[in-house]
Amino acid sequence: MRYALEDAMKNEAYRDAAVELLFQLADDDFILAYRGSEWLGLAPHIEEDVAFSSISQDTMGHAAMFYQLLHELGAGDPDELAHARPASDRKNAILLEKVNGPGTYLTEPHYDWAFAVVRNYFYAQAKKVKIESLKNSSYQPLAEAAVKVNMELYYHLLHWKTWFSQLVSAGGEATTRMETAMETAFGDLDGLFSLGQKGAEMVKHNLIESEDDLRKRWVQAMSPVVASLDINMPEKFGMKSGNGRDGVHSSDLQSALDTLGEVYNFDPAASW
Amino acid sequence: MVNPISFDQLTEEEKYQHFIERIEAGEKIEADDWMPADYRMTLIKLISMHGISEIMGALPEKEWVPKAPSLRRKLGIMAKVQDEMGHGQLLLRVVEDLMKPLGKSRENIIQDLLSGDLKFHNVFHMEAKTWGDAGLIGWLVDGAAIITQTNMLDASYGPYARALKRICAEEVFHAQHGEAIIMALAEGTDEQKAMIQDSINRWWEALLMFFGPGDASTTGTSKQDTTIKYKIRTKTNEELRQDFFTKYIPRVLSLGLKLPDETMHFDQESGMWQYQQPDWSKFKQIIKNNGPKSKDRLRLREISYSNNKWVIDALSAKA
Ligand SMILES: [Fe+2]
Ligand SMILES: [Fe+2]
Repeated sequence: MRYALEDAMKNEAYRDAAVELLFQLADDDFILAYRGSEWLGLAPHIEEDVAFSSISQDTMGHAAMFYQLLHELGAGDPDELAHARPASDRKNAILLEKVNGPGTYLTEPHYDWAFAVVRNYFYAQAKKVKIESLKNSSYQPLAEAAVKVNMELYYHLLHWKTWFSQLVSAGGEATTRMETAMETAFGDLDGLFSLGQKGAEMVKHNLIESEDDLRKRWVQAMSPVVASLDINMPEKFGMKSGNGRDGVHSSDLQSALDTLGEVYNFDPAASW
Repeated sequence: MVNPISFDQLTEEEKYQHFIERIEAGEKIEADDWMPADYRMTLIKLISMHGISEIMGALPEKEWVPKAPSLRRKLGIMAKVQDEMGHGQLLLRVVEDLMKPLGKSRENIIQDLLSGDLKFHNVFHMEAKTWGDAGLIGWLVDGAAIITQTNMLDASYGPYARALKRICAEEVFHAQHGEAIIMALAEGTDEQKAMIQDSINRWWEALLMFFGPGDASTTGTSKQDTTIKYKIRTKTNEELRQDFFTKYIPRVLSLGLKLPDETMHFDQESGMWQYQQPDWSKFKQIIKNNGPKSKDRLRLREISYSNNKWVIDALSAKA
């Protein structure tokens, strides 16, 4: 059955599962878009700066859309959800909160383009798999949002795939750096597919497919790339830093929240 | 009757005459057209400075992008800063074409920026201390940019005029974006109101300097005469500054803000705004990269350049 907003509000278990899923989706996009915004002005060339920024805006827009769906389900004000929730309430995967590299975006940002490419590519592919599944979600507003996200996501995926293939196959330093970045990403990749404690509920209510299905589809989508670039993909991915879906996070997230909420928290009641 | 002598056979002086006639007649000069070396050099200097200033100009606001206080503001300022980088890209392409006959490329532009040979606009050497500054930049700095750029919309060099047309269309949105931030603060709490007064106090001098010195007597040289002669621009620095006052002083006052210059007033007789001159010796220091944030912002470009060198090497090895 398909659930409209009113139906979801009448079924507490259903609503809770939908809220949990939406927090994961919103927080993933929000924190990665934030990391992307830190890259502004620092990308390898001006053309890339413009393109990357456009992707980060799309991603921030998707986060805003998911926060809006949460708001409709009674979870709270979208700006408050984005800016004021403590780290322990955040549901994003830890891979996405990790810093871009040594330094801060204001001082000595020695950011790692290899990590940016690998993280964004792996994430875009994982998001693609999820969005495809969400197009058939039982929650009607989410299924509609997925259709919108999907159109922009096509370009993100293409963009990062191009960078990924170019740098992995470049040889020398580029290939080495990409391999190092992949090792980091594979080590925490499972965090992207995790649906957290309420995962079984989400699947039961046909909100989204299971973690295993999503992971399998990701591996399948990647396999031509993996084969053609001769990549050493591990049999099993890790969640070395913990599961962000459970509110477990690194100090990287806390410092990001301090920065992104700085002005908002100056006066949360004020209109900005 | 068609002139049977081909253009190549004309003397340099005849070519120059022909060129001047064309620009006098309002014709546009294109990249592959003959142009005096002086014209080419003037354009290269002007447009590379403009282009690199768009890119360096993204940096003060960029400082506030991750901190923007709502989802809507985050999206707005991200889009704005992206536009500025896009303007830089567009303009550098125009310069690249002009530099080609000299055997120079974008690489040279970046190197000149890092070495200090290529200046970026004085206003972007200043500190953006608060969210109020982020709003003020969009509102008044972009507002000032609209005034200088509109002045060149009919520039004799076609590719520049066309780039400016696109840029100006976007600048209007930037000014609206800035104004919206400022309006929200002006209608907000006492602290928020204080934030914008503080911003305008700090940025006032930089805004006066924005249009450059009135004449060469303050800084020794001025390009304004050359650019006017070649029909790249029409108005002088002082005329532009006066236009800016006429447009923005009433708006600043209507928000309940105080002008940081108590002597400022409109003189009916001369039809000019009277104001206290900024310290032009400071201006000279700022454009020599001795402004409050000159070194920090150049350092960011330098880091980006050196950290990503392996990426550029990998791409060029593949090409
Ligand atoms: Fe601009
Ligand atoms: Fe602008």
